[in-house]
Amino acid sequence: MAATVSSQSSGVQQARAAPAASRWLRRALNLAHRDTLACIGALFLLGVFTGAAFAPVFSPYNPTTPNVRERLALPSPAHPFGTDELGRDLFARILYGARPILATGVLSVCVALLLGGAIGTASGYRGGWLDNALMRLMDIVLSFPAILFAILIVAALGAGLVNLIIAITFSLVPVFARLTRSFVLSLNHQDYVLAARTLGCGDGGIVCRHLLPNMLPLLLVQTTALLATAFSTSAALSFLGLGVAPPTPDWGMMVSDGQRLVFDAPHVPFFPGLVIALTVMSVNFVGDGLRDHLDPALRNR
Amino acid sequence: MKHVLQRIVWLPLVLWAVVTLTFLVLRLAPGNPLDVIAARAIETDQIERVRAEWGLDQPLWRQYLTFLGGLVQGDLGIALSSGVPVSRLLGERIAPTIELAVSALIISTVVGVGAGVISSITRQRWVDYGVRAFAVVGMSVPWFWVAILLIIVFSVRLGWTPVGGRITAGMPYTTLTNFMLIDTVLTGNWPAFWSFLHHLALPALAIGLTSAGFVARMTRAAMLEIMRADYVRAARARGLYERRIVIGHALRNALLPVLTLQGLQFGALLGGAVITEIVFAWPGVGRMLLDGILRRDYPIVQGTVIFVAFCYVLVNLAVDLLYHVVDPRLRRA
Repeated sequence: MAATVSSQSSGVQQARAAPAASRWLRRALNLAHRDTLACIGALFLLGVFTGAAFAPVFSPYNPTTPNVRERLALPSPAHPFGTDELGRDLFARILYGARPILATGVLSVCVALLLGGAIGTASGYRGGWLDNALMRLMDIVLSFPAILFAILIVAALGAGLVNLIIAITFSLVPVFARLTRSFVLSLNHQDYVLAARTLGCGDGGIVCRHLLPNMLPLLLVQTTALLATAFSTSAALSFLGLGVAPPTPDWGMMVSDGQRLVFDAPHVPFFPGLVIALTVMSVNFVGDGLRDHLDPALRNR
Repeated sequence: MKHVLQRIVWLPLVLWAVVTLTFLVLRLAPGNPLDVIAARAIETDQIERVRAEWGLDQPLWRQYLTFLGGLVQGDLGIALSSGVPVSRLLGERIAPTIELAVSALIISTVVGVGAGVISSITRQRWVDYGVRAFAVVGMSVPWFWVAILLIIVFSVRLGWTPVGGRITAGMPYTTLTNFMLIDTVLTGNWPAFWSFLHHLALPALAIGLTSAGFVARMTRAAMLEIMRADYVRAARARGLYERRIVIGHALRNALLPVLTLQGLQFGALLGGAVITEIVFAWPGVGRMLLDGILRRDYPIVQGTVIFVAFCYVLVNLAVDLLYHVVDPRLRRA
């Protein structure tokens, strides 16, 4: 854009374009300096998502084809993370294995946000018996440890990607519902909501135009925090063998498969576990950064 | 006081809700227990016989009432795979899980509170940074991976600890309470005592250290807030020693939020114990739950889930009650 504009017109605009670019750069550097960890986390996540989406571009190996001649190879230039007991390249398996965990984590958080958000908004806005009924229901689910409830659902539905998403979603819904409800309750008594109501704004209008936009930043912070939980839960369930079926690579399953090899080839369980840890950590860093940015009251917690 | 009574009155209702939800989730899902039996049974009349035996030919509400009736008498049904009562299986598995969860809780509290206090009072930035990094890492790292890392370092490389199990196989051991630590001390069986501690060390550390990070972070935040409080300044003005202020004034108050956190964490610890038990072949409830799931043995899944959820509910209630004991302000309110 800047180039076409400046080629047509005077040097004044060119002079203006240059500081704009450098200002943008300076702002990015400033952000990176002020919140280094959040930026590193965001870059790492970008890398993981890109690697998962374009896995064939980054590794020439097939993640499921055994290669008996190169069993349990140590990390080398040809195999950056080494190979597993069937001679499959671990780097390739980690690239492809990111897909199940990323998909289950992101999808379940999105669905849980929508469901929990709707329940929480209805509950907080309507109040009365509806609030009571919905919140007691959420309390029941919350009286299970989250991971146990997810395990219960997978036990009932059976292993598999879709069931994993359902399980994680249901373990997160009550958390989102409670959060949204508390946001609605605190915003509902603000003067601008009262003003809107006085001016004859309907319930839908108040919820969509006044409540939602105002609680969005807070909700975004919590969503990021819960994304980390969702990734951890997904990894734990697939570690227990309740995720995708082999030979499809999957991080949690790769760690549990590799556990047998702690004596002979500890790198096999090491690398998949490391990427799980780094991914969850990156989400936490980004979440902390967002919180500092959007919700200054909570800083230093 | 009213709040406490309310919680106690609600307790049976909460437990009932937990049981009902577990029952419904397992029954309403596709893939009912009959399919499992059908897969094993050879003849159709055998299926019919099993169906009648387990009461699966009854309508759902009647199955539910039968189940509730049994539960009140401590009967959790009979395992499909072994024919042994679930309550008896569970009875053997409870002690190991509690041993693991409690030792993890102790490690996480001691390490977490210690690190949190040190990071809040130190004037050296790097200690503070170190504790904060420890907190984030602890919150992010998967339990099962930490467990495997500990195995790689301490069992494989250093050879200090065994890879799994609860006690060295073939070790003479008399069961009294099924809690090995208590049994071995009572019978004066020191070789078995040391063997048990050796086996317990890594799984307890795997859970304890990872959750210590979060505790450290909470303690640190609470301490920083309290160290600015008026009564701390007053204590300083009275010329009290710094150590006395930190331990006698600040830490006592900072422990309140930490206590709540540990109550909530205990659920996570139980969940963590389930996963860690599998890594270390620890013969607890978690191992039993996973075996039940993999064999699609519904009574076992149902029994273990209900048991763990009950523990979680009761621990949270206990924490709530303890809160009133520790904080006199709440008692008056």
